[in-house]
Amino acid sequence: MGRFFGLLIWALTAISVIVLLRGVGAAPEAISQAGRDIDSQFYLTLAITGVVFVIAQGLLGWFIWQYREGREGTVTYIHGNNKIEVGGGVVIGVVFVALALLGQKAWAALHLAGETEDALHVEVTGQQFAWNIRYPGKDGVLGETAPQFVETVNPIGISPRDPAGKDDVMSINKLVVPVNRPVQLNLKSLDVLHDFFMPALRIKQDTVPGLSIPLRFKAEKTGTYDVACAELCGQGHYSMKATLEVMEPAQFEAWLAESAPSEE
Amino acid sequence: MSEATAHHDAHAAPTGFVRRYLFSMDHKVIGIQYWILALVAVFIGMALSFLMRLQIAYPDTPFAFLEALFPKGAEGGQLTPEFYLSMVTMHGTIMVFFVLTTAPQGGFGNWGLPIQIGARDMAFPFLNMMSFWVTFLAFVAIIIALFFAGGAPLGGWTGYPPLSALGPEAGPGQGWGMTWWIISIALFCVASLIGSLNFIVTTLVLRCKGMTLMRMPLTCWGWFTTAILSLLSFPVLLGAGVLLLLDRHAGTSFFLPSNLVVGGKPVDHSGGSPILFQHLFWFFGHPEVYIAILPGMGAVSQIIATCARKPIFGYRAMVYAIFAIGGLGFFVWGHHMFISGMNPYTAVAFSVLTLTIGVPSAVKTINWLGTIWGGKIRFNTPMLFSLGFVSVFVSGGLGGIFLGQSSVDLFLHDTYFVVGHFHLTMGVSAIFGIFAGTYYWFPKMFGRMMHEGMGKAHFFISLIGVYLIFIPMHTIGMGGAPRRYYDSTSFKYLEDIISMNSMITWAAFITIGAQAIFVVNLIWTMLAGKKASDNPWEATTLEWICATPPVHLNFDEDPVVHHGPYEYSVPGAEKDYIMQTDPPSAVPAGTPAQH
Ligand code: HEM
Ligand SMILES: [Cu+2]
Ligand SMILES: [Cu+2]
Repeated sequence: MGRFFGLLIWALTAISVIVLLRGVGAAPEAISQAGRDIDSQFYLTLAITGVVFVIAQGLLGWFIWQYREGREGTVTYIHGNNKIEVGGGVVIGVVFVALALLGQKAWAALHLAGETEDALHVEVTGQQFAWNIRYPGKDGVLGETAPQFVETVNPIGISPRDPAGKDDVMSINKLVVPVNRPVQLNLKSLDVLHDFFMPALRIKQDTVPGLSIPLRFKAEKTGTYDVACAELCGQGHYSMKATLEVMEPAQFEAWLAESAPSEE
Repeated sequence: MSEATAHHDAHAAPTGFVRRYLFSMDHKVIGIQYWILALVAVFIGMALSFLMRLQIAYPDTPFAFLEALFPKGAEGGQLTPEFYLSMVTMHGTIMVFFVLTTAPQGGFGNWGLPIQIGARDMAFPFLNMMSFWVTFLAFVAIIIALFFAGGAPLGGWTGYPPLSALGPEAGPGQGWGMTWWIISIALFCVASLIGSLNFIVTTLVLRCKGMTLMRMPLTCWGWFTTAILSLLSFPVLLGAGVLLLLDRHAGTSFFLPSNLVVGGKPVDHSGGSPILFQHLFWFFGHPEVYIAILPGMGAVSQIIATCARKPIFGYRAMVYAIFAIGGLGFFVWGHHMFISGMNPYTAVAFSVLTLTIGVPSAVKTINWLGTIWGGKIRFNTPMLFSLGFVSVFVSGGLGGIFLGQSSVDLFLHDTYFVVGHFHLTMGVSAIFGIFAGTYYWFPKMFGRMMHEGMGKAHFFISLIGVYLIFIPMHTIGMGGAPRRYYDSTSFKYLEDIISMNSMITWAAFITIGAQAIFVVNLIWTMLAGKKASDNPWEATTLEWICATPPVHLNFDEDPVVHHGPYEYSVPGAEKDYIMQTDPPSAVPAGTPAQH
């Protein structure tokens, strides 16, 4: 029994390692520096925890194999060993806390660095179950919104009285950004919590009604990428899907001009 | 502390079925009642998980039996999205509250704490009875929520507002089903609060003569620390639940900000904060995961020492580690909220504090390994589940090192990586602790030995099964698959990785099926199991000097304790274990002192 069980622990450890390695590179290609930084922090963590995992399970399997009832020799009567306990605790503590501190670099770059000047501002408003994306028009200013103006053709309630809103560009479930230019999303919600998750950028952020939360990124590769909702928002949560389209700047300007509301 | 005797003259052995088995004040009966409740709950929870897995692996395949079972929820043989989400919610809620909080603490804690410290009952037997019956009412309320017309709630086990606060306008499952869900949680909080007070007072006041704190079995330390965590965290959840109810039904706006537009209509609320609820919820929620796991850690420590025939390695370190885990647990709730929109500077503190929990967890793991090192392990079923606990706890715990880092969590939050992580740590570890406890104490609780062959089959299938279910979930999460998803097949970036889902579902199918072995074992044992001797595992703690099963008030005369709880294989001693009540002379002169 002891031998079988010890071997089983080793086998399960090996299977786990193989299955987890299958996840390496499973995420879509990272298309930003921040995304690559998060990836390297992830893989560093995977390597460290992988070593701890194999050592701990290896010892467990070995002791189970070795110290079964009926083996030769006597039971070691011992109540502990401070050196091993304190030493093990300190090593684990130092490694894990160092990891936590190192991980703050990517976090700080994303969330603690201030606004960049030439950033493109885009407003993203979640609602059950769609993403309303809004760009300021030529005037560079977004129009005011208010609940009483919400209707099917005006999902976020842009005020008809505010001239700044006349040229705002609306896009549903499609976020278009120029490549290699900093973008600041201002995330909002009309109704419940949602979460704007862009796997290719490795970032997500809840949208919270009542707040406007900035989320900054710079996409470095053109293409079309999936955006998912990552906060439970009701029965249509799984279908609250958008796309991120990263374009050459000229193409982006053209798209923006094309999508502008016709002048009345 | 002999006031135990005086105190208990007040409650003589009751006669009659109702007073004896239903509204009983005997801690052992109450413990068994909690245990049975958890057993019923775990099978409901598991059945729901199977339906979810079916949907995840085969989103496009209709199953005729689903339509037969749920004409509305599975029209045409396919689950509706709202039905799927209500199962996620019910499965999570039932498992966390009515299994993991009920069996380890309410069940085994009630049954075992008084006996193991040499008391005749809990300090407040009437409160004890009340806390069970309030828990039972909470269970009734959750079942009502499940069957309520208008839809079972679908806010997840976390029930975040605004979704949970808005009422039926916010979609299916947000009507009375959600209200009953909140009522259930609130009742559960009240019950746990009452129970925890009782545990704390009992531990501090009713220990028998010689039972110093540092002679308590680690099980008692687990239950005691858990009770302190419950006392400090459940009231916060209760407050959050009551405020949520008021927002729903009394027009308040604690969690609802202004300018909401739901279903195209403006909502008349203003001034509240949805994030406030998350702070309250997780201030409870993180300690809750330790409430689920600490009693299991205690039981597993106990069983590992007993079955390895060795003193526990580092008793004091184990006690300090339990306290450190419990204490730190109150300062890390923000790791559930890195992406919530809270101040990004706080994330730095929460992140570092979270990873320091690795230290006491490592100490515990080292000490479990140290305990079996150099022992002579008896591989009976309780020991198998205990060693399985250690393995699974390590596997699951390491996932926390990823999720505790705010930067890495930006990608992994709310993906299947999280689902894999918490199932292994909180879910499976705690369940293995419950099974270990069941196989270990069953002989004393009911007087019969459970069948070893069936126990071993149950264990090995379950161990292999949980690895095959929950490790691949981490992998899918590494690919970025979001959780609480009815269907992920429309995402291009997931095409490849979600092919693992059918394997997971098959593993779940087999693992869930294997739990039938446990049920058969229970029934078989009750009917035909071998009669248990008084101390079948040759253990040292006080429950094993009692009659089998123990009589009302546990002991014929008050026990007096002379030894620590883990005196196994003392060199030169007559037997390889020394009961806590054996005379001091049982330990040969010259043996190194225990601590
Ligand atoms: C055979 C055993 C089990 C299987 C196959 C299973 C499967 C699942 C699945 C498929 C989900 C939903 C994933 C999603 O859509 O996000 C889930 C969620 C969950 N499960 Fe389990 N589970 C099992 C046992 C347990 C146990 C023992 C616990 C006890 C802690 C547990 C606690 C939870 C919780 C808390 C959730 C989250 C619910 C939510 O998102 O609100 N599960 N499980
Ligand atoms: Cu959503
Ligand atoms: Cu936590």
